[in-house]
Amino acid sequence: MLDLKLYMAQRISAMIMAPLVLCHIAVMIYAVQGGLSTAEILGRTQGSVFWFLFYGTFVIAVSVHAAIGLRVIAHEWLRLTGFWLSTLTWVICLVLLFMGARAVVAVTML
Amino acid sequence: MMRPSKSHPLWFAFVVHRLSGITLALFLPAHFWIMSLALTNADQLDRFLTFADNPLVKIVEFCLVFLLSIHIFGGLRLLAMEFLPWSNAQKSLAAAAVGLSLFISGTFFLQAI
Amino acid sequence: MTKPDPLHLDVTIRRSDHDGSRDAHFQVPARDNQTILDVVSWIQQYADPTLSYRFACRVGMCGSCAMMVNGEPRWACRTHVKKVLNGSKVHIAPLRNLPVIKDLVVDMDPFFDKWGQAEGRHHPTQTRDDPVPRIDPEGAQRAEANAGIECINCSVCYAACDTVAGNPEYLGPAALQRAWTVFNDGKNADRQAILDAVSGSSGCHNCHSMGSCTHYCPNDLNPMQAITGLKRETVKAFIRGKSNA
Repeated sequence: MLDLKLYMAQRISAMIMAPLVLCHIAVMIYAVQGGLSTAEILGRTQGSVFWFLFYGTFVIAVSVHAAIGLRVIAHEWLRLTGFWLSTLTWVICLVLLFMGARAVVAVTML
Repeated sequence: MMRPSKSHPLWFAFVVHRLSGITLALFLPAHFWIMSLALTNADQLDRFLTFADNPLVKIVEFCLVFLLSIHIFGGLRLLAMEFLPWSNAQKSLAAAAVGLSLFISGTFFLQAI
Repeated sequence: MTKPDPLHLDVTIRRSDHDGSRDAHFQVPARDNQTILDVVSWIQQYADPTLSYRFACRVGMCGSCAMMVNGEPRWACRTHVKKVLNGSKVHIAPLRNLPVIKDLVVDMDPFFDKWGQAEGRHHPTQTRDDPVPRIDPEGAQRAEANAGIECINCSVCYAACDTVAGNPEYLGPAALQRAWTVFNDGKNADRQAILDAVSGSSGCHNCHSMGSCTHYCPNDLNPMQAITGLKRETVKAFIRGKSNA
C-alpha cells in the first residue's frame, strides 16, 4: 500500500522532522523545569517568526507522516483498501493540518 | 496469527516503532487542541498546566517523551539503513536507540518532578 | 507436568482437506538422530498414509519441504527434532501466508507469480553471435548479485514475513531479493524495468525492515539488505526523474 511516491513523502517528512523533534525534546526538557504556565509558553513563542516557522513546518511534516503511517497500519491490520483507505489517509492528514495550524497560530500569533 | 512464535530483536524494534507511532498519532490531536486553548481559553490552559503538575501526569508525560524518542531514534536507524551504506550492526543500533531514549526520557522526568 | 516419554514423540499436525482443518495427534518413535522430515515420513508410512506433504532432495537443496515447526518456518529435512522439541512435543503445520491445498502441502503459485511480477528475470543484452561478456567476479556489483544467488525458492522468508501476512499483495522478500540480484547482474540490460516493477503499491517500499526474512533464511541470505538496496536505487531513479511508477 506504499508506492514509491508515498514512500518518498514518508521518508522526506521523516528527514524534515528529525532535527525538529530533537529540538522539541530539548525545549521540553528545558521548559518543564519549575512547571509550565501559559504565560511562560506564550512569552517564548508569541510574535516569534522563528517559532512560527519551526512549529508550522513541524505540523505540515507530521500531518503527512502520520497520515501515511496510519494508512499502512489500517491496510495491514484492518484490511482497508481502495476508496476508504485513500479517504482515511486524507482525513487524517487534513484534520492534523487543521488542528495543528490552529495550535501554531494560538501560540505564535496574536 | 500475526507472527511466528519466536520473535527476534529487529521484529521487536518494528513492533515498538509501530505502536509508538500509533500512540503519538492519537496523542497529537489532543496536544494540538490543548495548545490552541491559548487562543480560545487561556484560563483553561493554565488550569490544565496546573493539573499537569500531578505526579501521575508526569509519568504519562515521561511515557510520551520515551515513545517520541524511541520513534525518532528507531526511525533514524531505519533511514540510515535505507540511505547509508549497509551496516550489519542493526540489532546493536536498535538496542542503542532504546538506551538513548530511556536516557532522554529519564532526563525529562528528573527535570519535570 | 508429566515427564517426557524418552521413547516417543508427541507430534501434532495441522491437517486440512475440503472439510476444513483440525489438529491430529500422533505418537512417533523417538530416534537419536531424527529430522522433522523423518517424523512426517514415519507418520505417512506407518500411521496414516493419507497424510500429504512435499519433499524431494532430503538434504536442503531443493526447497520443497518447508513447513511451520512450532510456529516457525523451517526446512523439515534440515531441522533436527532435538533442536525444536518442546518436552516431547512438536507442532507441525503448513507454511504460513500461502493457501493450503491439503495437510502440509501449500499452493506455491502466489509465491512464484510474484517472482514474475518483480521482474526478477534476465533481460538480455546480446545475441548468441556476440562474444561472451567479461564479468569481474571481484567487482562490487557482482558481489551484490552473488549475495542473494543461492536462494532456492523455498518460501521460508515469505512465510516468516508479517508484512506479507498483513498485505497479501506485497511481493515479499524472495521475489524482491531475486529482482535485486538480477538488477546487479552485469549481463542484465533493462534495470529500469526492474525498478518500475518493484515500485508499485505492492513493491519493495512496503517492507518495514523487521528482518524476519533474514532471521529465518535457512541459507543465511539477507533479503532485508537486498530490499534496502532496491529502495535506494528506486529513490535515485525517482530523483533523476526516471521513475514510471
